[in-house]
Parts: sequence; structure tokens; C-alpha cells
Amino acid sequence: MIETLREPWPWYMAGIIIGLIVPALLILGNKHFGISSNLRHICAACFPSNISFFNYDWKKESWNLFFVGGIIVVGILSTLFLGATDPVIVHPDLAKDLAAYGVTDFSGLVPADLFSWAQLLTLRGFILMGVGGFLVGFGTRYAGGCTSGHAIMGLSNLQWPSLVATIAFMVGGFIMANFILPYILAL
Amino acid sequence: MEKQAIKQVEETDYEVRSLDSMCLNESNLVHPWYYNFKYSLVGILFGVVFIKAEIISWFRIQEMFRLESFHMYGVIGTAVVVGAISVFLIKKFGIKTIHGEAITFTNKKFNKGQIIGGLCFGFGWAMTGACPGPLFAQVATGAYVVLVVIASALLGTWVYGKFRNQLPH
Repeated sequence: MIETLREPWPWYMAGIIIGLIVPALLILGNKHFGISSNLRHICAACFPSNISFFNYDWKKESWNLFFVGGIIVVGILSTLFLGATDPVIVHPDLAKDLAAYGVTDFSGLVPADLFSWAQLLTLRGFILMGVGGFLVGFGTRYAGGCTSGHAIMGLSNLQWPSLVATIAFMVGGFIMANFILPYILAL
Repeated sequence: MEKQAIKQVEETDYEVRSLDSMCLNESNLVHPWYYNFKYSLVGILFGVVFIKAEIISWFRIQEMFRLESFHMYGVIGTAVVVGAISVFLIKKFGIKTIHGEAITFTNKKFNKGQIIGGLCFGFGWAMTGACPGPLFAQVATGAYVVLVVIASALLGTWVYGKFRNQLPH
């Protein structure tokens, strides 16, 4: 039993379940799948600062915060009862490239050599966590959604603006991972 | 005058909310707050997939953008196909919610934000190795430093809200 729980799932199984979240939320209460809206709701709840974009009744959207709460509960429980996740088997080319920048610990979900409190005080760590995080929050709201809202919910509803957004996500990620990230990692 | 100002805010908010993936059609039903836990159950399922399919791994996201692995393309592609079939069936058969309310869809309007903002998010996605959902999952599995990434993402969202009117849309 524990063995089956521990083994990683294949992509099609994950894809089918994530796809079924779309109708599950719709049928449970006419809710549209979209995680990044929660960043806006948290801003609206904590720092509305008289900005019209954050002056709305965020409590009406609190279902989404409950949804994220479920994700957090799983993370805590799995760490408590199943222990640390097994190391991801990293593609040899990626492992080789990362090793050249001193990233050799592949045991965590995030590379410990890049994402740690000590690294935060380095230029490289600050750019990856601080600037990277800022771009995630700024970009998703500017685009009106993230992977769940545009790439999954929007495309499921055949919205062409969501296709534009999804292509922009992928182009941005492709440029960063292949052409810019090597310079950041070299810092 | 004041009333007009409020109306304007509501209208702009309506526009943004329709651009956003937020639910526009307010339910007329009033439920106790704990009814929201039904969404937590769906979140739990999502969280299990995140962890079990290694979607929240920084390395998996790098492999996706470096075209070294089919995994994430398979996950997202399958999810879109399953989601699209579900939405098609809901529309075709006029399926209602468990509370008997109609299920509604809003069309997204194109604006430049989907390109400019989309590129910004793509950069951030490849740097942090996470989109907003996985960020919460990473913290929960013990990568507490990712709280800094979430705080930065909140700042990014706030800055967008602050300067929204000056940005091209």
C-alpha cells in the first residue's frame, strides 16, 4: 500500500485528475478553476490600500482560499506521514548543466543549493526568489490568470485569449530557462 | 458625484473580473461558511496530484522548458482535453450545480496584458520553477524559504493593482 502511494504517478493519470477538477468546481458551485486569483484576494483582504483593483468583496471569493487550503493540508500531511518525497530523477543534460553552477543536490522539490535562507542573501538567490516571485505575481494578474485559469480552464472553454496567454507563458519560460537563467546561475 | 465614482469602480471591476478567472455570476443562494470545505476536498485532490506527479518540482519545470521531458506537456495536454470534454458536456446537457443553479461561462476578452503579462509570468515560472498553485504546495512540504517567493508574488500582484491604469491593456 505504502509502496503504491510512494511511487510517482504517470502524466496521463495526473492530467486526467487535473482535468476533472474543472467540472468538479463547476458542478459543486459554478466556480471557475484559477489559482492566481488568490494572490489578488489576499491583497484585497490584507493590503487593499484604497486601490480600486483591491476594493471588492473578497469574502465572496473565499471558496478559492479554501481550495488552496486543501493543497496546503496535503503537503503537510504527506510530509508528516510519507516522509520526504523521493528525489526526482533529473534528466542527465540538466544535471550536468546545473552541476557546472554548483547545483548538485537534487533531493528536494526545489534545489537546496539555490533556494535557501542563506542563498536569499546572495544576488543569485535574491533574483531567483525575489524577482522571480514578483514576476509570477505581477505577470499572472497582468495576464488575467495563470496555468490553471488560462491554460486549463480557459483552453477547456475554448477561449482564444487564453491560448494567446498560454503561448506567452511558454515563450517566456523557454527564453528564461534556455537563454537568461544560465547567466543568473553563473552569478 | 460620489455615487458615480462608485459606479465607475464597479464597472472597471466588472471588466477586470471578467478578464480574470474569477466567478462573475454571483449565486443567490446563501450557504453557511463551512460549505466552502467542499472546495477544500477538491484542493486536497489537486495537492495529491501535485506531489505524486512531481508537478511541484523545480527540476520538472526546467526539463519542460528545456524540452528534455514530455511529462509536463503530457499532464497539461491531458488536463485540457479532459477539461474541454467536460465543459462541452456541461454545456450540451445543461448540467446544473449540486444546488440546482445554472453553470455559466464568461468569454475572455483579448488585451495586451495576456502577451506582456504572460511573458512576465513565463520568466517568473522558469526562475521559481513554480506557478502559483505549486508555490503553496512547496511551502507545505517544508520548503519554507518559498514563503519569500509567495511574499514577492503578493507584492507583484499589489504593484500591478496599483499601476494598472498606467499599464498598456
